[in-house]
Amino acid sequence: MSDKSNSIAETDVVIIGAGPVGLFAVFELGLLDLKCHLIDILDRPGGQCAELYPEKPIYDIPAWPEISGQGLTDRLMEQIAPFDPVFHFNRMVAGVEKQDDGSFIVTTDEDEKIKAKVVVIAAGGGSFQPKRPPVPGIEAFEDTSVFYSVRRTEEFKGHDLLIIGGGDSALDWTLNLLPIANSVTLLHRRDAFRAAPDSVNKMKALVEKGDMSLQLGQVTGLNGSDGQIESANVKTSDGDIVDVKCTRILPFFGLTMKLGPIADWGLNLNENLVSVDTEKFATNEPGIFAIGDINTYPGKLKLILSGFHEAALMAHAAKKHIDPDERIVFQYTTSSTKLQKKLGV
Amino acid sequence: MPKITYLAHDGTKFEVDAENGSTVMENAIKNSVPGIEAECGGACACATCHVYVDEAWTEKTGSPEAMEEDMLDFAYDVQPTSRLSCQIKVTDDLDGLVVKVPERQA
Repeated sequence: MSDKSNSIAETDVVIIGAGPVGLFAVFELGLLDLKCHLIDILDRPGGQCAELYPEKPIYDIPAWPEISGQGLTDRLMEQIAPFDPVFHFNRMVAGVEKQDDGSFIVTTDEDEKIKAKVVVIAAGGGSFQPKRPPVPGIEAFEDTSVFYSVRRTEEFKGHDLLIIGGGDSALDWTLNLLPIANSVTLLHRRDAFRAAPDSVNKMKALVEKGDMSLQLGQVTGLNGSDGQIESANVKTSDGDIVDVKCTRILPFFGLTMKLGPIADWGLNLNENLVSVDTEKFATNEPGIFAIGDINTYPGKLKLILSGFHEAALMAHAAKKHIDPDERIVFQYTTSSTKLQKKLGV
Repeated sequence: MPKITYLAHDGTKFEVDAENGSTVMENAIKNSVPGIEAECGGACACATCHVYVDEAWTEKTGSPEAMEEDMLDFAYDVQPTSRLSCQIKVTDDLDGLVVKVPERQA
Protein backbone atom coordinates (compact mmCIF):
# COMPACT_ATOMS: atom_id res chain seq x y z
CA MET A 1 0.00 0.00 0.00
CA SER A 2 1.32 3.40 -0.88
CA ASP A 3 1.42 6.31 1.54
CA LYS A 4 -1.34 8.03 -0.37
CA SER A 5 -3.80 5.24 0.17
CA ASN A 6 -3.24 5.26 3.93
CA SER A 7 -4.63 8.74 4.35
CA ILE A 8 -8.35 8.90 3.69
CA ALA A 9 -9.99 12.25 3.08
CA GLU A 10 -13.48 12.61 4.53
CA THR A 11 -16.37 14.66 3.25
CA ASP A 12 -20.14 14.64 3.02
CA VAL A 13 -20.45 14.23 -0.72
CA VAL A 14 -18.18 13.09 -3.53
CA ILE A 15 -19.28 14.44 -6.90
CA ILE A 16 -17.94 12.57 -9.91
CA GLY A 17 -17.56 15.10 -12.71
CA ALA A 18 -16.86 18.82 -12.48
CA GLY A 19 -18.98 19.95 -15.43
CA PRO A 20 -21.68 22.60 -15.06
CA VAL A 21 -24.13 20.28 -13.33
CA GLY A 22 -21.55 18.89 -10.89
CA LEU A 23 -20.47 22.42 -10.07
CA PHE A 24 -24.00 23.64 -9.44
CA ALA A 25 -24.62 20.62 -7.22
CA VAL A 26 -21.95 22.05 -4.90
CA PHE A 27 -24.14 25.13 -4.52
CA GLU A 28 -27.36 23.28 -3.77
CA LEU A 29 -25.64 20.85 -1.39
CA GLY A 30 -23.76 23.73 0.22
CA LEU A 31 -26.98 25.54 1.08
CA LEU A 32 -27.87 22.40 3.04
CA ASP A 33 -24.48 22.43 4.82
CA LEU A 34 -23.05 19.52 2.88
CA LYS A 35 -19.37 19.74 1.93
CA CYS A 36 -18.20 18.38 -1.40
CA HIS A 37 -15.16 16.91 -3.11
CA LEU A 38 -15.22 16.79 -6.91
CA ILE A 39 -13.24 14.39 -9.09
CA ASP A 40 -12.69 14.99 -12.78
CA ILE A 41 -10.49 13.43 -15.44
CA LEU A 42 -9.78 16.83 -17.01
CA ASP A 43 -7.23 19.25 -15.55
CA ARG A 44 -9.79 22.02 -14.95
CA PRO A 45 -13.48 22.53 -14.18
CA GLY A 46 -16.18 22.83 -16.83
CA GLY A 47 -16.44 19.34 -18.32
CA GLN A 48 -17.67 19.37 -21.91
CA CYS A 49 -18.18 23.16 -21.70
CA ALA A 50 -14.47 23.57 -21.09
CA GLU A 51 -13.19 20.76 -23.28
CA LEU A 52 -15.49 20.78 -26.30
CA TYR A 53 -16.81 24.31 -26.66
CA PRO A 54 -15.17 26.87 -24.36
CA GLU A 55 -15.63 29.63 -26.95
CA LYS A 56 -18.98 28.51 -28.32
CA PRO A 57 -22.08 30.39 -27.22
CA ILE A 58 -24.86 28.62 -25.32
CA TYR A 59 -28.28 30.19 -25.81
CA ASP A 60 -30.55 28.27 -23.45
CA ILE A 61 -29.32 29.12 -19.98
CA PRO A 62 -32.16 31.00 -18.25
CA ALA A 63 -31.43 34.73 -17.94
CA TRP A 64 -28.29 34.42 -20.06
CA PRO A 65 -29.35 35.10 -23.65
CA GLU A 66 -25.84 34.14 -24.71
CA ILE A 67 -22.94 32.78 -22.70
CA SER A 68 -19.82 30.82 -23.69
CA GLY A 69 -18.96 27.43 -22.21
CA GLN A 70 -16.02 29.00 -20.42
CA GLY A 71 -18.11 31.97 -19.26
CA LEU A 72 -20.69 29.63 -17.74
CA THR A 73 -17.95 27.65 -16.00
CA ASP A 74 -16.28 30.77 -14.62
CA ARG A 75 -19.56 32.05 -13.19
CA LEU A 76 -20.42 28.72 -11.61
CA MET A 77 -16.97 28.65 -9.98
CA GLU A 78 -17.66 32.12 -8.60
CA GLN A 79 -21.09 31.07 -7.38
CA ILE A 80 -19.85 28.01 -5.48
CA ALA A 81 -16.69 29.62 -4.07
CA PRO A 82 -18.33 30.30 -0.65
CA PHE A 83 -18.67 26.54 -0.14
CA ASP A 84 -14.96 25.77 -0.59
CA PRO A 85 -15.29 22.64 -2.72
CA VAL A 86 -12.19 20.45 -2.96
CA PHE A 87 -11.20 19.53 -6.52
CA HIS A 88 -9.30 16.43 -7.60
CA PHE A 89 -8.36 17.00 -11.24
CA ASN A 90 -6.65 14.61 -13.66
CA ARG A 91 -8.25 11.74 -11.80
CA MET A 92 -10.65 9.02 -12.82
CA VAL A 93 -12.78 7.29 -10.23
CA ALA A 94 -11.68 3.69 -10.19
CA GLY A 95 -14.07 2.29 -7.63
CA VAL A 96 -16.82 3.00 -5.14
CA GLU A 97 -17.13 0.67 -2.16
CA LYS A 98 -20.03 0.67 0.24
CA GLN A 99 -19.07 0.46 3.92
CA ASP A 100 -21.04 -1.26 6.68
CA ASP A 101 -22.22 2.09 8.03
CA GLY A 102 -23.76 2.97 4.64
CA SER A 103 -21.00 5.41 3.67
CA PHE A 104 -18.76 5.01 0.63
CA ILE A 105 -15.03 4.88 -0.01
CA VAL A 106 -14.30 6.36 -3.43
CA THR A 107 -10.93 5.40 -4.92
CA THR A 108 -9.24 7.25 -7.77
CA ASP A 109 -6.94 5.78 -10.40
CA GLU A 110 -4.05 7.32 -8.43
CA ASP A 111 -5.16 5.26 -5.43
CA GLU A 112 -6.39 8.20 -3.38
CA LYS A 113 -9.32 7.41 -1.14
CA ILE A 114 -12.17 9.67 -0.11
CA LYS A 115 -14.81 8.67 2.41
CA ALA A 116 -18.23 10.17 1.78
CA LYS A 117 -21.79 9.73 2.99
CA VAL A 118 -23.21 10.28 -0.49
CA VAL A 119 -21.87 9.84 -4.03
CA VAL A 120 -23.26 11.97 -6.86
CA ILE A 121 -22.53 10.90 -10.42
CA ALA A 122 -22.50 14.00 -12.63
CA ALA A 123 -20.25 12.52 -15.26
CA GLY A 124 -22.00 13.85 -18.37
CA GLY A 125 -21.13 11.72 -21.38
CA GLY A 126 -18.61 9.78 -19.31
CA SER A 127 -14.94 10.43 -18.83
CA PHE A 128 -12.78 11.89 -21.55
CA GLN A 129 -10.34 9.31 -22.79
CA PRO A 130 -7.85 9.26 -25.65
CA LYS A 131 -9.50 8.35 -28.90
CA ARG A 132 -8.38 5.19 -30.65
CA PRO A 133 -7.34 6.06 -34.19
CA PRO A 134 -9.40 4.31 -36.84
CA VAL A 135 -6.63 1.91 -37.92
CA PRO A 136 -7.66 -1.71 -38.46
CA GLY A 137 -6.02 -4.12 -36.03
CA ILE A 138 -4.56 -1.49 -33.73
CA GLU A 139 -6.08 -3.16 -30.65
CA ALA A 140 -3.58 -6.02 -30.91
CA PHE A 141 -0.69 -3.63 -30.28
CA GLU A 142 -2.19 -1.51 -27.51
CA ASP A 143 -0.21 -1.31 -24.26
CA THR A 144 2.68 -3.28 -25.79
CA SER A 145 3.74 -1.11 -28.75
CA VAL A 146 0.95 1.43 -29.10
CA PHE A 147 0.37 3.90 -26.27
CA TYR A 148 -2.14 6.75 -26.04
CA SER A 149 -0.30 8.64 -23.34
CA VAL A 150 3.19 8.73 -21.89
CA ARG A 151 3.16 7.50 -18.30
CA ARG A 152 6.86 6.61 -18.15
CA THR A 153 9.33 7.97 -20.67
CA GLU A 154 11.52 4.86 -20.07
CA GLU A 155 9.00 2.90 -22.14
CA PHE A 156 10.24 4.73 -25.25
CA LYS A 157 13.97 4.71 -24.60
CA GLY A 158 16.01 3.39 -27.53
CA HIS A 159 12.92 2.81 -29.66
CA ASP A 160 12.01 3.83 -33.19
CA LEU A 161 9.13 6.06 -32.40
CA LEU A 162 6.21 7.00 -34.63
CA ILE A 163 4.19 9.88 -33.21
CA ILE A 164 0.91 10.66 -34.97
CA GLY A 165 -0.91 13.98 -34.76
CA GLY A 166 -0.53 17.70 -35.20
CA GLY A 167 -1.58 19.11 -31.84
CA ASP A 168 0.35 20.07 -28.76
CA SER A 169 0.53 16.56 -27.31
CA ALA A 170 2.06 15.19 -30.51
CA LEU A 171 4.57 18.01 -30.86
CA ASP A 172 5.49 18.16 -27.17
CA TRP A 173 6.21 14.46 -26.99
CA THR A 174 8.11 14.57 -30.27
CA LEU A 175 10.46 17.15 -28.77
CA ASN A 176 10.63 15.52 -25.33
CA LEU A 177 11.23 11.95 -26.43
CA LEU A 178 13.69 12.71 -29.22
CA PRO A 179 16.73 12.75 -26.89
CA ILE A 180 16.04 9.22 -25.56
CA ALA A 181 14.50 7.52 -28.62
CA ASN A 182 16.57 5.78 -31.27
CA SER A 183 14.63 7.63 -33.96
CA VAL A 184 11.49 9.74 -34.14
CA THR A 185 9.07 10.13 -37.04
CA LEU A 186 6.22 12.60 -36.71
CA LEU A 187 3.27 11.74 -38.92
CA HIS A 188 0.55 14.25 -39.64
CA ARG A 189 -2.19 14.44 -42.24
CA ARG A 190 -1.18 17.84 -43.60
CA ASP A 191 1.52 20.45 -43.41
CA ALA A 192 -0.38 22.63 -40.96
CA PHE A 193 -0.27 22.06 -37.22
CA ARG A 194 -2.61 22.96 -34.39
CA ALA A 195 0.27 22.91 -31.92
CA ALA A 196 1.96 26.04 -30.57
CA PRO A 197 3.99 27.68 -33.39
CA ASP A 198 7.12 27.63 -31.24
CA SER A 199 7.04 23.81 -30.96
CA VAL A 200 6.32 23.50 -34.67
CA ASN A 201 9.33 25.68 -35.51
CA LYS A 202 11.56 23.64 -33.19
CA MET A 203 10.35 20.42 -34.81
CA LYS A 204 10.95 21.78 -38.31
CA ALA A 205 14.48 22.85 -37.37
CA LEU A 206 15.19 19.33 -36.12
CA VAL A 207 13.86 17.85 -39.35
CA GLU A 208 16.05 20.27 -41.30
CA LYS A 209 19.10 19.14 -39.32
CA GLY A 210 18.24 15.50 -40.02
CA ASP A 211 17.68 14.67 -36.33
CA MET A 212 14.13 13.42 -36.95
CA SER A 213 11.66 12.85 -39.80
CA LEU A 214 8.37 14.44 -40.65
CA GLN A 215 5.97 12.42 -42.78
CA LEU A 216 2.72 13.76 -44.19
CA GLY A 217 -0.03 11.19 -44.54
CA GLN A 218 -2.40 8.87 -42.72
CA VAL A 219 -1.84 5.41 -41.24
CA THR A 220 -3.82 2.72 -43.03
CA GLY A 221 -2.38 -0.42 -41.48
CA LEU A 222 0.09 -1.86 -39.00
CA ASN A 223 2.58 -4.69 -39.36
CA GLY A 224 4.06 -6.84 -36.63
CA SER A 225 3.26 -9.83 -34.47
CA ASP A 226 2.73 -10.77 -30.82
CA GLY A 227 1.93 -7.17 -29.91
CA GLN A 228 5.28 -5.98 -31.24
CA ILE A 229 4.94 -3.42 -33.98
CA GLU A 230 7.48 -3.44 -36.82
CA SER A 231 6.16 -0.87 -39.25
CA ALA A 232 3.17 1.21 -40.22
CA ASN A 233 1.64 1.60 -43.68
CA VAL A 234 1.25 5.26 -44.42
CA LYS A 235 -0.83 6.67 -47.24
CA THR A 236 0.79 9.91 -48.36
CA SER A 237 -1.14 12.88 -49.68
CA ASP A 238 -0.23 11.75 -53.22
CA GLY A 239 -1.93 8.44 -52.55
CA ASP A 240 1.30 6.40 -52.38
CA ILE A 241 1.68 3.82 -49.64
CA VAL A 242 4.99 3.95 -47.78
CA ASP A 243 6.25 1.73 -45.01
CA VAL A 244 7.47 3.54 -41.88
CA LYS A 245 9.63 1.41 -39.57
CA CYS A 246 8.75 1.79 -35.91
CA THR A 247 8.77 -0.14 -32.65
CA ARG A 248 6.56 2.21 -30.64
CA ILE A 249 3.59 4.31 -31.76
CA LEU A 250 2.04 7.23 -29.91
CA PRO A 251 -1.20 8.31 -31.64
CA PHE A 252 -2.78 11.58 -30.47
CA PHE A 253 -6.26 11.63 -31.98
CA GLY A 254 -8.08 13.76 -29.45
CA LEU A 255 -10.50 12.69 -26.77
CA THR A 256 -13.74 10.79 -26.72
CA MET A 257 -16.19 10.13 -23.90
CA LYS A 258 -16.61 6.70 -22.32
CA LEU A 259 -18.75 5.60 -19.40
CA GLY A 260 -15.70 3.89 -17.89
CA PRO A 261 -15.72 2.11 -14.53
CA ILE A 262 -19.19 3.45 -13.60
CA ALA A 263 -20.54 0.59 -15.70
CA ASP A 264 -19.23 -1.90 -13.12
CA TRP A 265 -20.80 -0.50 -9.95
CA GLY A 266 -23.96 -2.54 -10.05
CA LEU A 267 -26.15 0.41 -10.99
CA ASN A 268 -29.18 -0.05 -13.21
CA LEU A 269 -28.17 1.17 -16.64
CA ASN A 270 -30.18 1.89 -19.74
CA GLU A 271 -28.07 2.21 -22.90
CA ASN A 272 -25.03 3.37 -20.92
CA LEU A 273 -27.04 5.88 -18.91
CA VAL A 274 -27.81 5.58 -15.21
CA SER A 275 -31.49 5.05 -14.42
CA VAL A 276 -32.89 7.36 -11.75
CA ASP A 277 -36.27 8.45 -10.37
CA THR A 278 -37.47 12.01 -10.90
CA GLU A 279 -38.14 12.80 -7.25
CA LYS A 280 -34.68 12.23 -5.83
CA PHE A 281 -32.54 11.40 -8.85
CA ALA A 282 -31.46 8.38 -6.86
CA THR A 283 -29.98 5.29 -8.46
CA ASN A 284 -30.90 1.77 -7.35
CA GLU A 285 -28.04 1.97 -4.82
CA PRO A 286 -29.12 3.98 -1.73
CA GLY A 287 -26.76 6.93 -1.28
CA ILE A 288 -25.68 7.09 -4.93
CA PHE A 289 -27.40 9.75 -7.03
CA ALA A 290 -26.99 10.63 -10.72
CA ILE A 291 -27.67 14.02 -12.29
CA GLY A 292 -27.11 15.70 -15.66
CA ASP A 293 -26.45 14.04 -19.01
CA ILE A 294 -25.37 10.75 -17.43
CA ASN A 295 -28.83 9.88 -16.08
CA THR A 296 -32.01 8.79 -17.77
CA TYR A 297 -35.70 8.82 -16.86
CA PRO A 298 -38.93 9.13 -18.83
CA GLY A 299 -38.95 12.48 -20.59
CA LYS A 300 -35.28 13.22 -19.95
CA LEU A 301 -33.83 16.17 -21.86
CA LYS A 302 -30.06 16.50 -21.97
CA LEU A 303 -29.99 20.17 -21.13
CA ILE A 304 -27.78 21.99 -18.67
CA LEU A 305 -30.86 23.61 -17.18
CA SER A 306 -32.44 20.19 -16.55
CA GLY A 307 -29.23 19.20 -14.77
CA PHE A 308 -29.48 22.26 -12.53
CA HIS A 309 -33.03 21.32 -11.56
CA GLU A 310 -31.95 17.75 -10.89
CA ALA A 311 -29.12 19.04 -8.68
CA ALA A 312 -31.55 20.95 -6.47
CA LEU A 313 -33.90 18.02 -5.95
CA MET A 314 -31.02 15.59 -5.50
CA ALA A 315 -29.47 17.86 -2.83
CA HIS A 316 -32.60 17.71 -0.69
CA ALA A 317 -32.82 13.96 -1.10
CA ALA A 318 -29.12 13.61 -0.23
CA LYS A 319 -29.61 15.69 2.91
CA LYS A 320 -32.51 13.44 3.93
CA HIS A 321 -30.36 10.38 3.26
CA ILE A 322 -27.60 11.72 5.49
CA ASP A 323 -29.77 13.17 8.29
CA PRO A 324 -33.10 11.32 8.08
CA ASP A 325 -34.38 12.88 11.30
CA GLU A 326 -33.48 16.47 10.60
CA ARG A 327 -36.35 18.61 9.42
CA ILE A 328 -35.33 20.52 6.30
CA VAL A 329 -36.88 23.97 6.26
CA PHE A 330 -37.26 25.12 2.71
CA GLN A 331 -35.79 28.60 2.28
CA TYR A 332 -35.10 31.17 -0.41
CA THR A 333 -31.68 32.76 -0.86
CA THR A 334 -33.44 36.09 -1.42
CA SER A 335 -35.03 36.21 2.02
CA SER A 336 -33.29 33.74 4.31
CA THR A 337 -30.63 35.36 6.47
CA LYS A 338 -29.35 31.87 7.28
CA LEU A 339 -28.69 31.06 3.62
CA GLN A 340 -27.21 34.49 3.04
CA LYS A 341 -24.77 33.91 5.87
CA LYS A 342 -23.64 30.70 4.20
CA LEU A 343 -23.13 32.59 0.97
CA GLY A 344 -21.20 35.32 2.74
CA VAL A 345 -23.45 38.08 1.39
CA MET B 1 -36.63 23.00 -50.44
CA PRO B 2 -33.12 21.94 -51.51
CA LYS B 3 -32.62 18.20 -51.97
CA ILE B 4 -29.61 16.42 -50.52
CA THR B 5 -28.57 12.90 -51.45
CA TYR B 6 -26.58 10.83 -48.98
CA LEU B 7 -24.83 7.73 -50.26
CA ALA B 8 -24.32 5.34 -47.38
CA HIS B 9 -21.18 3.22 -47.44
CA ASP B 10 -23.14 0.15 -48.60
CA GLY B 11 -24.47 2.17 -51.54
CA THR B 12 -27.94 2.85 -50.14
CA LYS B 13 -29.29 6.19 -51.32
CA PHE B 14 -31.08 8.61 -49.01
CA GLU B 15 -32.81 11.55 -50.69
CA VAL B 16 -33.80 14.21 -48.24
CA ASP B 17 -35.57 17.57 -48.41
CA ALA B 18 -33.49 19.95 -46.36
CA GLU B 19 -34.43 23.31 -44.98
CA ASN B 20 -32.32 26.33 -45.83
CA GLY B 21 -30.05 27.20 -42.92
CA SER B 22 -29.96 23.69 -41.48
CA THR B 23 -26.73 21.69 -41.67
CA VAL B 24 -26.01 18.64 -43.78
CA MET B 25 -25.31 16.76 -40.51
CA GLU B 26 -28.68 17.72 -38.96
CA ASN B 27 -30.56 16.41 -41.99
CA ALA B 28 -28.62 13.14 -41.86
CA ILE B 29 -29.47 12.62 -38.19
CA LYS B 30 -33.12 13.63 -38.70
CA ASN B 31 -33.43 11.06 -41.46
CA SER B 32 -31.38 8.36 -39.72
CA VAL B 33 -28.71 8.14 -42.39
CA PRO B 34 -26.42 5.35 -41.18
CA GLY B 35 -22.77 6.19 -40.55
CA ILE B 36 -23.21 9.77 -39.39
CA GLU B 37 -22.72 9.83 -35.64
CA ALA B 38 -22.32 13.52 -34.73
CA GLU B 39 -21.15 12.72 -31.22
CA CYS B 40 -20.66 16.37 -30.22
CA GLY B 41 -23.99 17.55 -31.57
CA GLY B 42 -22.63 19.91 -34.18
CA ALA B 43 -20.08 21.94 -32.21
CA CYS B 44 -17.24 21.07 -34.61
CA ALA B 45 -15.65 19.34 -31.65
CA CYS B 46 -15.39 15.75 -32.85
CA ALA B 47 -14.97 14.21 -36.27
CA THR B 48 -17.89 11.82 -36.39
CA CYS B 49 -20.02 13.50 -39.06
CA HIS B 50 -17.31 13.18 -41.70
CA VAL B 51 -18.53 12.99 -45.32
CA TYR B 52 -17.01 13.09 -48.80
CA VAL B 53 -18.57 15.78 -50.96
CA ASP B 54 -19.23 14.60 -54.50
CA GLU B 55 -16.58 16.14 -56.73
CA ALA B 56 -19.14 18.01 -58.80
CA TRP B 57 -20.15 19.92 -55.66
CA THR B 58 -16.87 20.74 -53.93
CA GLU B 59 -16.72 24.21 -55.41
CA LYS B 60 -20.19 25.10 -54.16
CA THR B 61 -19.69 23.71 -50.65
CA GLY B 62 -16.37 25.52 -50.36
CA SER B 63 -13.41 24.42 -48.30
CA PRO B 64 -13.18 23.81 -44.56
CA GLU B 65 -12.20 26.60 -42.20
CA ALA B 66 -9.18 26.22 -39.94
CA MET B 67 -11.12 24.76 -37.02
CA GLU B 68 -12.79 22.18 -39.24
CA GLU B 69 -9.42 21.23 -40.80
CA ASP B 70 -8.08 20.73 -37.27
CA MET B 71 -10.94 18.39 -36.46
CA LEU B 72 -10.56 16.50 -39.73
CA ASP B 73 -7.15 15.38 -38.41
CA PHE B 74 -9.10 13.00 -36.18
CA ALA B 75 -11.20 11.51 -38.97
CA TYR B 76 -10.62 8.25 -40.84
CA ASP B 77 -9.32 8.19 -44.42
CA VAL B 78 -9.48 11.93 -45.02
CA GLN B 79 -9.53 12.87 -48.70
CA PRO B 80 -9.38 16.22 -50.51
CA THR B 81 -13.20 16.18 -50.68
CA SER B 82 -13.60 15.51 -46.96
CA ARG B 83 -15.83 17.78 -44.88
CA LEU B 84 -17.52 17.67 -41.51
CA SER B 85 -21.19 17.73 -42.42
CA CYS B 86 -22.09 19.87 -39.38
CA GLN B 87 -20.15 22.69 -41.01
CA ILE B 88 -22.01 22.67 -44.34
CA LYS B 89 -25.08 24.89 -44.25
CA VAL B 90 -27.88 24.14 -46.70
CA THR B 91 -28.76 26.90 -49.19
CA ASP B 92 -30.66 26.95 -52.48
CA ASP B 93 -27.27 26.82 -54.18
CA LEU B 94 -26.78 23.35 -52.77
CA ASP B 95 -30.03 21.94 -54.21
CA GLY B 96 -29.02 18.52 -55.53
CA LEU B 97 -25.92 18.14 -53.32
CA VAL B 98 -24.50 14.62 -53.12
CA VAL B 99 -22.34 13.47 -50.20
CA LYS B 100 -20.86 10.05 -49.47
CA VAL B 101 -20.64 8.57 -46.00
CA PRO B 102 -17.20 7.07 -45.24
CA GLU B 103 -16.62 3.46 -44.24
CA ARG B 104 -16.33 4.47 -40.59
CA GLN B 105 -16.26 7.51 -38.38
CA ALA B 106 -13.32 8.15 -36.08
